[in-house]
Amino acid sequence: MFKNLRLTCDEATMICDKSQYGASTLLNGLKLNIHFIGCKKCFLYTKQNVKLTDLYKGYSHSCKGEKHTLSLEEKEVLKKLLLKS
Amino acid sequence: MAKEKDLLNTDKWIDNYADYMYNYAIVRVNDSDLAKDLVQDTFFAGLKSAKNFQGKSTERTWLISILKRKIIDYYRKINSKKGQAEVRMNFYDDGENEGNWLEERVPQSWENQSEKSVENDELKKQLSSCIDALPEKYAMVFRMKTIQEFETEEICKELDITSSNLWVIIHRARTQLRKCMEDNWFNN
Repeated sequence: MFKNLRLTCDEATMICDKSQYGASTLLNGLKLNIHFIGCKKCFLYTKQNVKLTDLYKGYSHSCKGEKHTLSLEEKEVLKKLLLKS
Repeated sequence: MAKEKDLLNTDKWIDNYADYMYNYAIVRVNDSDLAKDLVQDTFFAGLKSAKNFQGKSTERTWLISILKRKIIDYYRKINSKKGQAEVRMNFYDDGENEGNWLEERVPQSWENQSEKSVENDELKKQLSSCIDALPEKYAMVFRMKTIQEFETEEICKELDITSSNLWVIIHRARTQLRKCMEDNWFNN
């Protein structure tokens, strides 16, 4: 039974990554916490991963508002190319 | 043919849709030149297949569906061209240590975290450069999921990948990003 609760570090960090997007299950959360008991490395990874999520959230807010447009010159070039075809 | 021409207002395509399509492409591929090429290719393909337009959807929806195909084609190209070799391994992949951290990739404590977390342009630059250092397909999926905050299903549909495939990519991207930020920001 307990064998099913064991994770490798690769699996544990994968669960941690999924949980950053709210995509982990309760059972996996439990397995992850059991894994932390014997693994300081993954515990540290998780702590830092949460920090990274915060940083990338801030970065995301500044990027998502940006509107990308083509210049008038680029549009003219494109119009000419389409006319030629 | 005259009928299709009536349905499509091709003379107005650039004015009406170029910006929308460019914006659509760039948030997915994050490269302005590539986004411009994809938009241009889409317009050409649209003209070429004008006879297939039946007026069941709007012009914009029809053009976006062509652009989506172009983006999938691009993703498949980078997926096959640049394979697993570029990905830095973080865990032993066989032997008795399989799944355990590789010694040189074990997370280290970060110094001066509070001081280093202040929102500034330098930090944004570093976050961006760490994403740029990822293999192209990892960067693309990570950006769509984390920066543009698309739903998992949407990304899978747009790139024609499975959700387990997506999570493996996100996992590998994040372990690599953690290490990159550790080396270049927190413990630099």
